Amino acid sequence: MTTYYTKDHEWIAVEGDTGTVGITDYAQGQLGDITFVELPEVGSAVKQGDAPCVVDSVKAASDVYAPVSGEVSDVNEALGDAPELVNTEAESGGWLFRVTLADAGQLGGLMDRAAYDEYVKGL
Amino acid sequence: MSADDASIEANDNFDDLPPEPEVLPLDAWHRARGARMVEFAGYWMPVQYEGIIAEHLWTREHAGLFDVSHMGQLVVSGEGAAEALEALLPGDVSALKPGRQRYSLLLDENGGILDDLMVTNRGDHYYLVVNGATKWDDIAHLREHLPDEITLNLLDEHGLLALQGPDAAAALGALGLRPAFEGMPPVTDLRFMQAAAYYWSEVPLGVSRSGYTGEDGYEISVRGEDIAALADALCAQPHVKPIGLGARDSLRLDAGLPLYGHDLSPETGPVSACLGFAISKRRRAEGGFLGAEAVLAALANGTATTRVGLALEGRQAAREGALVFAEDQEVGRVTSGGFSPSLNHPIAMAYVATAHAAEGTALTIDVRGKRLPARVVHMPFVPHRYFR
Repeated sequence: MTTYYTKDHEWIAVEGDTGTVGITDYAQGQLGDITFVELPEVGSAVKQGDAPCVVDSVKAASDVYAPVSGEVSDVNEALGDAPELVNTEAESGGWLFRVTLADAGQLGGLMDRAAYDEYVKGL
Repeated sequence: MSADDASIEANDNFDDLPPEPEVLPLDAWHRARGARMVEFAGYWMPVQYEGIIAEHLWTREHAGLFDVSHMGQLVVSGEGAAEALEALLPGDVSALKPGRQRYSLLLDENGGILDDLMVTNRGDHYYLVVNGATKWDDIAHLREHLPDEITLNLLDEHGLLALQGPDAAAALGALGLRPAFEGMPPVTDLRFMQAAAYYWSEVPLGVSRSGYTGEDGYEISVRGEDIAALADALCAQPHVKPIGLGARDSLRLDAGLPLYGHDLSPETGPVSACLGFAISKRRRAEGGFLGAEAVLAALANGTATTRVGLALEGRQAAREGALVFAEDQEVGRVTSGGFSPSLNHPIAMAYVATAHAAEGTALTIDVRGKRLPARVVHMPFVPHRYFR
């Protein structure tokens, strides 16, 4: 499994043709307490750069962009009762949705962990 | 991921803000305590320390210390100051006794709200606290309309702290303040909307029993050079923590208190904003304040729209700008909204057509194409706990 990162602070962990998407720990720290997550519909098509998911914090609603194109294959139902998982386990149990990759070539445009860490340091 | 921040950073409608945020006297103090600083009203301000929900709940259960030094502290003095202020405010300033404070409004000639403020009779002058983002416009408006013999000063060497919550009185009481004048009550005996001058050791403080969270508490005016020591002394008390602007916003929202620039603007008036209590009986009868014609007509005839509180089902919040519907008909717009940490569900303030403003009315709010069910409810959403 390889994990990639976007400049908009999403991560996508890829295994085979399935990618699991969430927001980074840095992102959840910036947003503060998450109170609601609007998840995409399973079976819906997403395009890279679309915003199929929204996380609500106490003070603002923030779009989550699709790091790649594909079809949504699963969503994290646990967030319905426990949206705070995005705060406490942003890069594991607080994942948002899974997508079946349409074009694995899009991953080449994303960052690896070291590049993302370097990017965040510069913010 | 991108934030669409409605409640904290929406001050882009004020064109004379300096390009670089200014630094307030407690800036380093906040940073040393781990605050995340954001630009607000032209200043660097702490938006949060440990997290908005924790800070919100801490203030409701214990006591929170808020730095509100960005607000404008004004002194109006001179013979006839009360009458001069009454030409601009709909409140009964001349009936305000020394040591008493009142909520009031600056109105334009159409009865639109230019700002909301607190006015205190300090004996030999009136002390006004106005919003940070509007203070320069307020000063221009006041100076334009006040007679030349009335002096207007901005206390820009003073900071302002708000200590709020059920443990506030014990905390401030423990500092051993001495009343500046004989016959003044100890600080713990001040009642809601009462004010007096004190000394903390040799440091002069202007203290009022007031705030904008719905809790008991104080607002303390202090010289900038003394504010860090005072903040340290207060946070050394049991159950006092520094709290950021984020929780200040969620606290005032669930206390049903409107925020200028969001819930109040020149397009709203005291009647549509449900702030009729700020227009005293005598002023209703006599008028004689800027905008009186429109305000008195609104009192007599009602207004097309009314500020209401909305309780939402579920967990998804409606934000400022969201449209409100009755069946398929658009009837209003949300002016503040968010998730209430105290109630554990989303709440909002909105202006809706007065026909749909009755408590219990079922409405929907459009949030990104989804219609969220909401109900008009009584405000405050969370009962006030003032010390009366």
